[in-house]
Amino acid sequence: MIEKQETVEIKPEELQTKVTEAMAKGYRLVAISCTKLDYFQLDYTFDCNLSFLNCRLKLPLVNPEIKSITDIYWSAFTYENELHDLFGIKITGINIDFGGKFYKIKEVAPFGKSITIKTVEGKA
Amino acid sequence: MPKRTIIPFGPQHPVLPEPIHLDLAVRDEKVVEVIPSLGFVHRGLELLVTRKDFMDMVLVAERICGICSFIHGLGYCQGVEEIMNLQVSPRAKYLRAFWAELSRVHSHILWLGLAADAFGFESLFMHSWKIREKILDIFEETTGGRVIFGVCKVGGLRKDIENDVLERIRKTMDEIEADYRTIAKVFKEDYSVKHRNCGVGVLTADEAYKLGAVGPTLRASGISQDMRKIGYGAYGDLNFEPVVEKDGDCYARTMVRVREVYQSFDLMRQCIDKMPEGPVDMKVTGFPKGEFFSRLEQPRGEVVYYIKGDGTKFIQRYRVRTPTFANVPPLVKMLGGCDLADVPVIVLTIDPCISCTER
Repeated sequence: MIEKQETVEIKPEELQTKVTEAMAKGYRLVAISCTKLDYFQLDYTFDCNLSFLNCRLKLPLVNPEIKSITDIYWSAFTYENELHDLFGIKITGINIDFGGKFYKIKEVAPFGKSITIKTVEGKA
Repeated sequence: MPKRTIIPFGPQHPVLPEPIHLDLAVRDEKVVEVIPSLGFVHRGLELLVTRKDFMDMVLVAERICGICSFIHGLGYCQGVEEIMNLQVSPRAKYLRAFWAELSRVHSHILWLGLAADAFGFESLFMHSWKIREKILDIFEETTGGRVIFGVCKVGGLRKDIENDVLERIRKTMDEIEADYRTIAKVFKEDYSVKHRNCGVGVLTADEAYKLGAVGPTLRASGISQDMRKIGYGAYGDLNFEPVVEKDGDCYARTMVRVREVYQSFDLMRQCIDKMPEGPVDMKVTGFPKGEFFSRLEQPRGEVVYYIKGDGTKFIQRYRVRTPTFANVPPLVKMLGGCDLADVPVIVLTIDPCISCTER
């Protein structure tokens, strides 16, 4: 084991409280990640003196929405705009909202909608 | 009050090897607000993981970036090995650390050259890149490649370096370091270097930490944080302390990188001194099932790979948070209030790797 990694499962409505606690304890925002399963798995990852903390919550695949944490961690706007552009998650109250144009490509955000994954027979 | 004007900076600009765009709101010659834009070369490499065998995916991971390619491969392998509970051989760990530090020297000297070019010191740029060529020669001799290496694999390495070759490289490193001292002295002491960098683009320690800065950008503001101190790979056995500067300006960020090159030479020598004998590869059976956040220190700072496997040969999710992505908000802060003429130098001092960011 390289390092101990603690993951705390939270409800979407608890996000602001947990993130505020992390900020008060001196944690640095490392990343916000999203994984598409039968639901959206959102991971808010923090670090303090090489101590790892991950807050995980679930959002539905239909009309996913979460409140922004940019009033607590100003720098979260890059991650939150990415969540919107790549996965179509609506972020409310974001400080710098690119409105789906964070990534300047010709695709209309969210990008995932128009992607078709081709599988080779016998490989998937 | 002077009129506010929006000046587009990039995506094509003489100091930018890669495309990033900034909308600079200026009053007179002062920048008052900055809006960054990305995505000009977005490749969607993260999604490829669902179509590549997990053993082959390391080759895609390496192609995220042409400068820190080895460390991208290492981060992927390390994450998968952690999920599969694979114990990589000690020799493979030391060789990985050796190549990772060689990558850091390569990256920093490349950046020093670009920085010199940005502040108008063209001969220093040429001297820097001349030294960098010798580093690439070592890569070519030991891996067969100068940009993409393909030596790192899940479970170890595809190639070993013989001990007599390592001893020869040690002598070559001594020569490279002697050459490097001549240019490092210029970066440290030259009037024009200081004139363009001192007091420019200041980021305080509090701002750097709260804005999530990583790597030399963070350490130049006085925060001693280096992911190698987690002790992944061979780093737990190596003696080093993070290089820290206090002023938080462009000069401090330059000095962190100048000093880290010496540190990397020292770490490479430690690797050669302590190099264990034994195999560098192991047989890998089964498929990864589980998840891990693999964190490493790239030349530009902390990189995070979230890897999730579901027990099939395809990884379910591979998310990469690159150091440049984390350093964008601090960059926005640094640029606020600066002179328009200083923007290129400030942008360059976070060592932006857009190739990494546009994974």
